[in-house]
Amino acid sequence: MESSRWKRAAKGLLNNIKMSVPILVGVLLLVGALNTFVPKEFFARIFTGNKALDPLIGALFGSIAAGNPLTSYIIGGELLNSGISLIAVLAFVVSWVTVGTVQIPAESLMLGRCFALLRNGISCLMAIAIALLTVLIAGIFA
Amino acid sequence: MSKALKKIGAQWLFLIAVILLYIILGLWDLETTVAALKGFLVLLKKILPVLGIVFALIFLSNLVLNPKIVNRYLGRGAKKSGWPVAIIAGILSMGPIYLWYPLLGELKTKGMRDALIAVFLYNRAVKIPLVPVMIYYFGLKIVVILTVLMILFSIANGLLVEKLIRKGEAKQKPET
Repeated sequence: MESSRWKRAAKGLLNNIKMSVPILVGVLLLVGALNTFVPKEFFARIFTGNKALDPLIGALFGSIAAGNPLTSYIIGGELLNSGISLIAVLAFVVSWVTVGTVQIPAESLMLGRCFALLRNGISCLMAIAIALLTVLIAGIFA
Repeated sequence: MSKALKKIGAQWLFLIAVILLYIILGLWDLETTVAALKGFLVLLKKILPVLGIVFALIFLSNLVLNPKIVNRYLGRGAKKSGWPVAIIAGILSMGPIYLWYPLLGELKTKGMRDALIAVFLYNRAVKIPLVPVMIYYFGLKIVVILTVLMILFSIANGLLVEKLIRKGEAKQKPET
């Protein structure tokens, strides 16, 4: 009885490895390609200076970007120094860390297509709302 | 044709598609593609220890958890207790987000709510070790407000995702 439980657990793990390893390798390859083919300086060039449009641009490009959150903070800091609005920069940083466009195929395969598309889409919109609210609340406590 | 594709499995098709993309990129710009491959190897080396932990957790969950237990703590039966569990686990979890898909997929099959999976994934964006860096760039006030808002929005995110999935499923049911 006990050994069959261990066997079942090991079989479940093996099935999971068979399913997830090709997906994880594919995602890592995509992240590697995105990080290499899209230079960090690219992000500084996408903002227009338009206060209404920039948060949307920030959220969209933050969603497409991939990589360590630390990189997003550093890029965000540089964007702030170059005069991009705080709302746009926060939308960019929040969508960078909450949305994973590159990972959508993997998320779809393991958690369901509907779940992956909805979660990432809603997270992208929420990044703008969070950025707006953060600046608004910070303004109240100024 | 579609039967053959089904036999291969969506996971392998995905990997094949990515490899094909690399071949195309290699033909276009070999030097940058080699750099991308090196980047991939660096990433792979970095995630291996965490991947080991994730697979150990999957084995443990297969051994200890059954749908009844998962439902009681992370499923529909969890009521309010599932939310803090998902939030704290999301904040404390390590490594890239995609490493956690296999474990979450496993828990989903055992009955974990979509809302709690979304909450877990959203809270992975709250990185406690990186807070000093955030404070350096954005200031303490912004970081505190942002972190609190992200945790609150994670719950809204989870509820919204779950509600829309259910709505979609309800719409599909009468057709089938």
